[in-house]
Amino acid sequence: MLMQGFATAATPMNLLYACIGVLLGTAVGVLPGIGPAMTIALLLPVTYVLEPTSALIMFAGVYYGGMYGGSTTSILLNTPGESSTVITAIEGHKMAKAGRAAQALATAAIGSFVAGTIGTALLVTLAPIVVKFAVSLGAPSYLAIMILALIAVTAVLGASKLRGFASLGLGLAIGLVGMDIVTGQGRLIFGQPLLSDGVDIVVVAVAIFALGEALWVAAHLLRTKTQTIPVGRPWMGKSDWKRSWKPWLRGTAFGFPFGALPAGGAEIPTFLSYVTEKKLSKHPEEFGHGAIEGVAGPEAANNASAAGTLTPMLALGLPTNATAAVMLAAFMQFGIEPGPLLFENEPQLVWALIASLFIGNTLLLVINLPLAPLWAKLLQLPRPYLYAGILFFATLGTFAVNSQTFDLVLLLVLGLLGFAMRRFGVPVLPLVLGVILGPRIEKQLRQALQLSSGDPVGLVNEPVAVVVYVIIALVLLWPVVTAILRRSNPRMAAAVALHAEEREVLSGEENDGAPAAGPADGAGLDNGSGRPAQSAAEQEASVQQKQKH
Amino acid sequence: MSDVATRHTNRSELGFAALLGAVGVVVLVDAAGLHAPYSQADPVGPRVVPFIVGGLLLLCAVLLAIKVLRGDNAPADDGEDIDPNTPIGWRTVLPLIGFFILNIILINPLGWVISGTLFFWGSVWSLGSRHYVRDGIVSLLMALGTFYGFYLGLGIHLPAGVLEGVL
Repeated sequence: MLMQGFATAATPMNLLYACIGVLLGTAVGVLPGIGPAMTIALLLPVTYVLEPTSALIMFAGVYYGGMYGGSTTSILLNTPGESSTVITAIEGHKMAKAGRAAQALATAAIGSFVAGTIGTALLVTLAPIVVKFAVSLGAPSYLAIMILALIAVTAVLGASKLRGFASLGLGLAIGLVGMDIVTGQGRLIFGQPLLSDGVDIVVVAVAIFALGEALWVAAHLLRTKTQTIPVGRPWMGKSDWKRSWKPWLRGTAFGFPFGALPAGGAEIPTFLSYVTEKKLSKHPEEFGHGAIEGVAGPEAANNASAAGTLTPMLALGLPTNATAAVMLAAFMQFGIEPGPLLFENEPQLVWALIASLFIGNTLLLVINLPLAPLWAKLLQLPRPYLYAGILFFATLGTFAVNSQTFDLVLLLVLGLLGFAMRRFGVPVLPLVLGVILGPRIEKQLRQALQLSSGDPVGLVNEPVAVVVYVIIALVLLWPVVTAILRRSNPRMAAAVALHAEEREVLSGEENDGAPAAGPADGAGLDNGSGRPAQSAAEQEASVQQKQKH
Repeated sequence: MSDVATRHTNRSELGFAALLGAVGVVVLVDAAGLHAPYSQADPVGPRVVPFIVGGLLLLCAVLLAIKVLRGDNAPADDGEDIDPNTPIGWRTVLPLIGFFILNIILINPLGWVISGTLFFWGSVWSLGSRHYVRDGIVSLLMALGTFYGFYLGLGIHLPAGVLEGVL
């Protein structure tokens, strides 16, 4: 099957789309303020005239390219483009300052390639197994798994559970708009016929990820020029290779499983990889002054986690991060039903997509190593043009889908909502997941209860469903669990505090909709044990403030 | 976050809680107005899920309001290129929104080339660029380029407006 996928993906046209995707992905990954989720959201309207396969191949390139580009920014500018590259900035920027930018970029690029390739291979092995398991499940179990995905992303990511659930509620409400699937009655359409088909997920994605983000950045735009470290062609010496290859493999081992879990994300594995490399290194004294292991490990973890994220997305139709959510929106736009039957119904598309992940990964390495100096120049693009361009393409793309100004009104309203959410620290990812998964959850719920003639036992009459509900309960009680863990394992807490001190950068949120949560941030705001981590973050913030002035 | 900033956010976040509550009420009222006869084929009916969603929103609104009144404000989002400690630059945001609305109004009567040029130029100006001529040329090129790019490359006809026949 994979070979057929390669045959589809390797046609000249599709290779071209993969190339465009990789270049575009890297460019936007490098550019501040834009990430892969926003890019794919902006591309969604434009690509709906393409073949679904070609469009998804391009998105795969954007996905991996964005990861790569983010690390370039971290290393050269010390402003991580993604929350997942925050850790890379610690050692990477120090290496760049010490004149070893070329080696830092090289170990990041080759490490990403190694991790991406292994991760994609794991995806090929695991996804069919997950599918085999998933197709044996009935509506009750599938309903439980979807609820788990929603709850996990809402409760685990982000600093405040309450704000996560607020975001989820808004998303579910948007998902309700339109015709009820069974009775055909309009819900939340306010007599507006244009709403009876529901709010287009593309409009939601563009509004929340592109318009809301651009307005938010515009409101706080730095008026100062950023300083970039100039760089030549990336290369590595023999000793760099020797010090890099083990961190790459260990980083991959951390990254993939976390990516595959709902709400696993890339922040925790990159952090774990960093701590591990620091402990195992033969040169611990170099950490904090530009140790290559501290770039190699986290970068590999980051990319492996990106590959891991695709496993639940393709096998179960469950997105676990912002980029996967937007890619799923693309599936739905093309009329492809995501879920366990995807591999059966659309084998050509799925395997072409997976094959293009391998191709994209290789293209990244081949194209991007020589282009690194060019990417560094891209950082000089005047900011007004950059953000005006985002607004311009968001508007244009949304309008082009249906040629209706009503869509632009919706775009503005939802964009302002996205702006307000960023203002009040409300994570955006639960909203987008709510819009995507809400209608599907309702469908499964009604199906499950239809089978049991309305008896609620119909929701828990499969063992898998029961197990999943237990996991949901555990996730919701997570703050209690972490409090106990922290008490019994003070070393972890100490490591977190140390890590916070070392960081000069604020662990910021951008495109994932989730603040870069170290393990310590997992505890909710309401319990007392969350305080130490919080105060460390505040300290860090004030340190950075001082440096700015 | 400094004390000043915390106090500053206090009131406005209540507005967000109010928005949540308002959406919750709208969802509940709308659901109550649905016709839901009991049927064997659909025991859940169209009202159950909206009721849950509306309830969740109301609950979040109340809890968030309590949290805010207790002085527990969320930190605003951080990111690249921004300094979240500055107050919101309404003098940038409001003109941007204004140009956005202008574009919605003008896109059909005047056509994308004119409205898009105006929109891009206005956005760049709002964001602080003062190279009027260069910005104007870039804006026109962007609008023209996308008009023909969409037409030739994707087969999508953007509105030509008053320039119908010229383009």
